[in-house]
Amino acid sequence: MRITANQDRCVGAGQCVLVDPEAFDQNDADGTVIVLRPNPGTEPEIARAREAVNVCPGRTLALVEES
Amino acid sequence: MATPTISLDRTDPYRPPTEHVRLQEDAPISWVQLADGRQMWVLTQHEDVRAMLADRRFSSDRRDPRHPSHQPYMGPDHRPGLIEMDAPDHTRVRRSVVGEFTVQKLAAWRPRIQEIVDASIDDMLAGPAETDLVQALSLPVPSAVIAELLGVPYADHDFFQDNSAEFVRAGATAEERGAAVGRLKAYIAELVQEKTKSPGEDLLSRQILAGTDPEEVVSLGFLLLIAGHETTANMISLSVATLLDRREHLAELRDNPERTVGAVEELLRYFTIAEIGAARLAIEDVEIGGVQIRAGEAVLGLTNTANRDPLVFPEPDELDFTRMARNHLAFGFGPHQCLGQNLARLELEIVLATLLRRIPTLRLAVPFTEIPFKEKGPNYGVYELKVAW
Repeated sequence: MRITANQDRCVGAGQCVLVDPEAFDQNDADGTVIVLRPNPGTEPEIARAREAVNVCPGRTLALVEES
Repeated sequence: MATPTISLDRTDPYRPPTEHVRLQEDAPISWVQLADGRQMWVLTQHEDVRAMLADRRFSSDRRDPRHPSHQPYMGPDHRPGLIEMDAPDHTRVRRSVVGEFTVQKLAAWRPRIQEIVDASIDDMLAGPAETDLVQALSLPVPSAVIAELLGVPYADHDFFQDNSAEFVRAGATAEERGAAVGRLKAYIAELVQEKTKSPGEDLLSRQILAGTDPEEVVSLGFLLLIAGHETTANMISLSVATLLDRREHLAELRDNPERTVGAVEELLRYFTIAEIGAARLAIEDVEIGGVQIRAGEAVLGLTNTANRDPLVFPEPDELDFTRMARNHLAFGFGPHQCLGQNLARLELEIVLATLLRRIPTLRLAVPFTEIPFKEKGPNYGVYELKVAW
C-alpha cells in the first residue's frame, strides 16, 4: 500500500495531520501536504491512512495497492 | 453573506430546523422553490453534500446572478473575497494564507490561548457568582485570539472587541451593525497602512511583506475577523449549555478529560452551526445521487442534516464523545473548507477543559428551555447564557 498526494489539489486544511501526525505534515509556506510515511505497514497505520484519504477535503490523497 | 434558505424554525434545540429534517426524510434531493420565487436543488444527505462541495464543477463565484448567494452589489467590477472565488484564483489566495493555520503552527499558539482563556475565567471568578457566559467567555476569547493573530496592538483590543461585539449583538439594528462593520474595516485598513510602514511579527505584516495587494490584505483581515469570531463563540456557548443541561456528559468529560478532543469533534457535528448550508452554482452538467443537475442551476447543500445522516453516523441524534467521526461537514468540505477550523478546534478544546477544571460547580442559572437560541441564521447559537457557580 502506498499513499499518493496530488499536490495541485491540496487545500492545506490539515485534516490528514489531525488523523495521523506521524504520517503527514504540512508545508510551512502554503500549508500543502507532506507525506512523511508513504507506505503504511501495520493495520492501524493502514486504517489511519484510509481515514486520512476519506476526510481529505481537496481529494488530494489516495491509497493505492502496489503491485 | 446572506444566502437563500428554507425556514429555520425548530421545535427541539438539539435538532436541526424542522423543515431541513423534513426535507431529508421526505425528499433528500429536491428541486425547491423558495419564498422569494427562486428555485434550486437542495441536497440533504452526507454523500451528496460532500460530493457537491468537493466537485469543482460547482462554482463559488457569486458575481454570476444565477448563484444562490449573488447580491445586487456584486456587479462585474465587484472584487471577490476568498470565499467568493474559484480556482485558480482561489488556490493562489488561499495558499498565500493557509500556511498561517497549519496544525503545527497553531500548536505553538496553545500556551497563549490558554493564558487568554485563564484571564477570562479569572475575571469571571473575581466578579459575582452569576454571569452571562457569552459576554464573559464565549466572545472575548476568540476576539482576543484573532486580534493577536492579525497583529492588533494591545491598546486597541477594547476598540476591536467592542466593535466585534456590536456587530453580533442581539437586537442591534442593521444601521448599528453596518456602522460597526464600517469602523472595523476602516480600522483594519489603517492597521495595514501602519504595518506597511513598520511590519511586525503577525499575519497581516507577513501578508504585506509577501507582496500581497493591500486591498486584498484588508479583505482577508476582515474575513478572518468575522469568520473566526462569532462562529467560535456560538460553538463555545452551545457546547457549555449542552454540558450543563445533560449532566451525564459533563461528568463523562470531568472523569475522562482525554475525551475532550472527541467531545469537540462530536459537538461540532451535532450543532453544525452554519444553518444556511453551502450554496454553489453548477457550471457544467453534473450527476449527484442519481439526479442530473444542469449547468446554470443553483444548488444548496445542507450540512446540518448531512451531519445527522444515519447512513454515516449511526444513531445520529445521540451525542457520543467516543464517536471520533472526523468526516463531518461542520466546517464544510472541498477547496473552501474553513480556513480557521484547526484554530476553532484548539480554542474549543482549551475553553471546555479549562472551564470544567476551574469552575467545577458551574451550572445553568436559567432553565435550559429558557435559553434564547439564535434561530434566525446565518449561524445557530445563543444570544445569552446565564450561568452560576
